[in-house]
Amino acid sequence: MEMSANNLFLAKIDEAARWAQSSSVWPLTMGLACCAIEMMVIPAPQYDISRIGSEVFRSSPRQADLMIVSGRVSNKMAPIVRRLYDQMAEPKWVISMGACASSGGVFDNYAILQGIDQVVPVDVYVPGCPPTPDGLVYAINLIQQQIRTGGRGGIFARA
Amino acid sequence: MSDHLPDWIGTEGNPPNFGDPTAVLEPEPYEVVSRSDDEMVLSMGPQHPSTHGVLQVVLSIDGETVKRAEPEIGYLHTGIEKSAENLFWNQSLTVIDRMDYLAPLTNNFAFCRGVEKLLGITDQVPRRAQQIRVMMAEMTRITSHCIWLGTHAIDLGAISPFFFTVDLRENILDLIEAASGARMNMTYFRVGGVNGDLPEGFLERLDEVIAKFPRRMRDLRDLLQKNPIWTDREIGVGVISAEDAVAWGLTGPALRASGVAYDLRKIEPYSTYEEYEFDVPTRTEGDCYARFLVRLDEMEESMRIIEQVRKRLEPGPIMINEPAVALPPKPSIGLSMESLIYHFKLVSEGFRVPAGDVYGAVEGPRGEIGYYIVSNGENRPWRVRTRPPSFYNLQALRKIAAGNLIADVVVMIGSLDPVFGEVDR
Ligand code: SF4
Repeated sequence: MEMSANNLFLAKIDEAARWAQSSSVWPLTMGLACCAIEMMVIPAPQYDISRIGSEVFRSSPRQADLMIVSGRVSNKMAPIVRRLYDQMAEPKWVISMGACASSGGVFDNYAILQGIDQVVPVDVYVPGCPPTPDGLVYAINLIQQQIRTGGRGGIFARA
Repeated sequence: MSDHLPDWIGTEGNPPNFGDPTAVLEPEPYEVVSRSDDEMVLSMGPQHPSTHGVLQVVLSIDGETVKRAEPEIGYLHTGIEKSAENLFWNQSLTVIDRMDYLAPLTNNFAFCRGVEKLLGITDQVPRRAQQIRVMMAEMTRITSHCIWLGTHAIDLGAISPFFFTVDLRENILDLIEAASGARMNMTYFRVGGVNGDLPEGFLERLDEVIAKFPRRMRDLRDLLQKNPIWTDREIGVGVISAEDAVAWGLTGPALRASGVAYDLRKIEPYSTYEEYEFDVPTRTEGDCYARFLVRLDEMEESMRIIEQVRKRLEPGPIMINEPAVALPPKPSIGLSMESLIYHFKLVSEGFRVPAGDVYGAVEGPRGEIGYYIVSNGENRPWRVRTRPPSFYNLQALRKIAAGNLIADVVVMIGSLDPVFGEVDR
């Protein structure tokens, strides 16, 4: 984007769309396990994701752009996670937060899905058990970067 | 305080007979909720902003009134008890941490106490380690209540208390992180002591937090306690009688808000708790507001304990001097062959615990958290069975939700403070 002498903004539509999209990535309120506690504190003043445009957590998947899979996903929960993902409007992004969501973590057993990428496509994996809130904020930054530099999103994304 | 305490506290024997418990506990038939003309079935959860995790409550409603509420659990079943059977004794602490993830250290505490009892080393755990344990357990109680209060307030539409509680929690987590290396799931307690000594400058930072604490609590009370919206929604909602509370096996603030002053720290003091002066906050109303007040008071009592521990903290070792259980100090490994061998053996095959079974319990933020541990003499537990306080507390939901409004169900779930890592394990 650039500003001309007459205070006129010139921008490619796609770029403008990407800029807008990347500055308003709203996460879905979906807490699963321990990681959810660290996810919960990111809107608080210490981390404050409103600064980077992720203003509010939305409880309805229809209004959310970003799914943060925060914690271990049991076999009973997996279909529900998938359904929530399907209910979100395009374009949408997924962060796999923590060792459990990414790979099953310490729970290599009968109950836990060994990696959330078996049910939903993942954009960013955040390592840690649990990752620090800073780590999660960085993951959201990475998603914004992806959107701005030509990843999914922009005017060509399915509405 | 002592007028709150029933007279059986501090005496031998069992709690008094609260009537015939089977009369209350008689299982109500589980009806598969079905749709009829004047009843609608509404599923609340498992993804819902105010079910505190992955609880699903299937509500049969008539207009706004709840006829029946069936909690459906298991969405976070992790197989933690089974996983613990495949790990060495000290390793299984790591998965046990992840049950009640709001207060991981009380889980550690209960499990360590159980294993120490089996090993017969309860008395040999050094005093400093015991004191650090008490201090850390009380810190996690405060952080846990912080999260509870913040989320409960958000459920009821008040956002600002959350910011205050997160701030307080961060201050305390910084301390815990300095000592244990992690913000959550610390696995700081080990069988026989704690993992590391308090770092330099810890006590000074603790003093700052202690100094700041009363103001924070005053802020929180100012925001909520007399707030008419808050009192309207909490007072008289979700009343649990003392008889019901005992019969359903409720513990912790949920029980104490109904007038029964049952607190393991007083009844069965462990790890130097008997030396500190603190009250067990109790109320008699049994409603959501009483549970709210009890938890707030508890945070202050916890801070009182922390202050006393801080004053009396004694220098000394932090791990039991028993080479078969505790890792030898790192420097000695390079110097002594014996230490090297013990180190190698402990790391590669753990220690063995004599066959037997034991129940180790402590007072967690949600109530009595206990582990029934069975050993067959191997280096791994044969069976670990948890007594998760949230699970028992959640039982009350079905009873108190029936006949109330849908909006009140949110308040009730919040005031019971379930943690699903623990309910589903
Ligand atoms: S990665 Fe660790 S903190 Fe996150 S859900 Fe799994 S066990 Fe809990």
